[in-house]
Amino acid sequence: MGEFRMPSLGADMERGTLTRWKVSVGDHVTKGDIIAEVDTDKATMEVEVFETGVIERIVVQEGETVPVGTVLAVLAAGEEGAAAVAPAAVAPPAEEVTPPATRVEASPLARRLAAKLGVDLATVRGSGPQGAITRTDVEGAAAAPEVAPTVPAAMPAPEAETPVPAPAPAPAGAPAPAPAPAVAVAEVPPRPAPTHGADADRRNAMRRATGVLMARSKREIPHYYLGMHLDVSHALRWMEEANLERSVAQRLVPAVLLLKAVGRAARDVPQMNGFWVDDDFHPSDGVHLGVATSLRGGGLIAPAIHDVDQKSLDQLMEDLRDVVERARTGTLRSSQMSDPTLTVTNLGDQGVETVYGVIYAPQVALVGFGRIMERPWAENGLLGVRRVVHTTLSADHRVSDGHIGGRFLAAINRYLQEPASL
Amino acid sequence: MNESDIRATVLGILARIAPEADLTTLDPDVEWQEQLDLDSMNLLSMMVEIEHATGISVPERDYPRVSTLNQCVDYLAGRAAAA
Repeated sequence: MGEFRMPSLGADMERGTLTRWKVSVGDHVTKGDIIAEVDTDKATMEVEVFETGVIERIVVQEGETVPVGTVLAVLAAGEEGAAAVAPAAVAPPAEEVTPPATRVEASPLARRLAAKLGVDLATVRGSGPQGAITRTDVEGAAAAPEVAPTVPAAMPAPEAETPVPAPAPAPAGAPAPAPAPAVAVAEVPPRPAPTHGADADRRNAMRRATGVLMARSKREIPHYYLGMHLDVSHALRWMEEANLERSVAQRLVPAVLLLKAVGRAARDVPQMNGFWVDDDFHPSDGVHLGVATSLRGGGLIAPAIHDVDQKSLDQLMEDLRDVVERARTGTLRSSQMSDPTLTVTNLGDQGVETVYGVIYAPQVALVGFGRIMERPWAENGLLGVRRVVHTTLSADHRVSDGHIGGRFLAAINRYLQEPASL
Repeated sequence: MNESDIRATVLGILARIAPEADLTTLDPDVEWQEQLDLDSMNLLSMMVEIEHATGISVPERDYPRVSTLNQCVDYLAGRAAAA
């Protein structure tokens, strides 16, 4: 028997609203299937199941808002389920991702403290990686009054239910207009029905959640900041030449090169890649980059691209398009939100030259990229014009210092100077 | 595909990429990246959809020539006529 729980889809998520079940009692599900949709303060997400089995009981109904870790449904390993589970135990799939947030995990220190204080870990919401319960969570649970298992639904209608605008109808024989200060109304396709109240509620909730997390980060993490101007001329020329041979849909964008370079550098300098939990640093085995993505209409979300250092540029490009598209259409999957180990933010498109980032706890570093600009560049006594990006690092002084941070930025630079090897 | 069809197609694509935008206020001679807060991923999506809808592949070196609505329509109409 397994339990399908409300996942932790980010360190700032305390509860979520189960907006839609995609399965019913008796349905057979396979690990990785999307079986529910959950609405958080930031977005609507599709939630995968991490066990194979049969839905035995639905515990939380559509519209209910429950804390992270609450059992949403119970799975039984039926005949089909058992058959599917057994082989997996012998030979786990090669692409299995980091343990899901749906499993209740706790650090050894948290377990010992829970036993000492008489706290039932099953009732505690974890704020660590993948929803793991930390010492702080246990202390909070011991001090706090008992939390009701469910609270009334308070969230607005899910954004994903907002109809996507239909393709533009061809204007009925309308002649091409002369240039005008604004587009003629008749040419403009209909906009989606306004959802001002729901959108405003979502934006407000997102701003509150972001504020809480960032305040915690600035309060608890002793940040330090480094910056380095990187000459990306060679990398961009390489990319532009590579794009000549690609279809439009397969073209690379500079952000993919930057992500891959960060992923490789994070592998080389593990002090940047992991989590600060229970007064200790836990380096991550995988490099899962959170990609800060601005949402149209306001707000920010940082879904994860997994194993960035292991993927080809083509695969990364596909993944980047997928997470950005999903973030902006409210169709992110729970696995894309659960476990980024290092966040990258790129504000170059907005013309920003330098990013001074706030670390996304419990991560321990954030990399910021500004606008790629042509700049005078002196090298070997010669002055030329190069395309340059100001790259910054915000890092946690509990884990690293400026020397290590400098090594990390230098590694990013080194990889960008050899784009063919990315 | 005539110029009117192309304009409607491009506006339809913009409406999908920036659904919250009021395209009736779009100045056809001002860069849409600035007016609609588009980023590089949005622009790539636009180029993919333009190719899908018109069959015209816009090379990267021509991106500066399609950065406003009027520029884009003129460019695509010219390419369509030359094909």
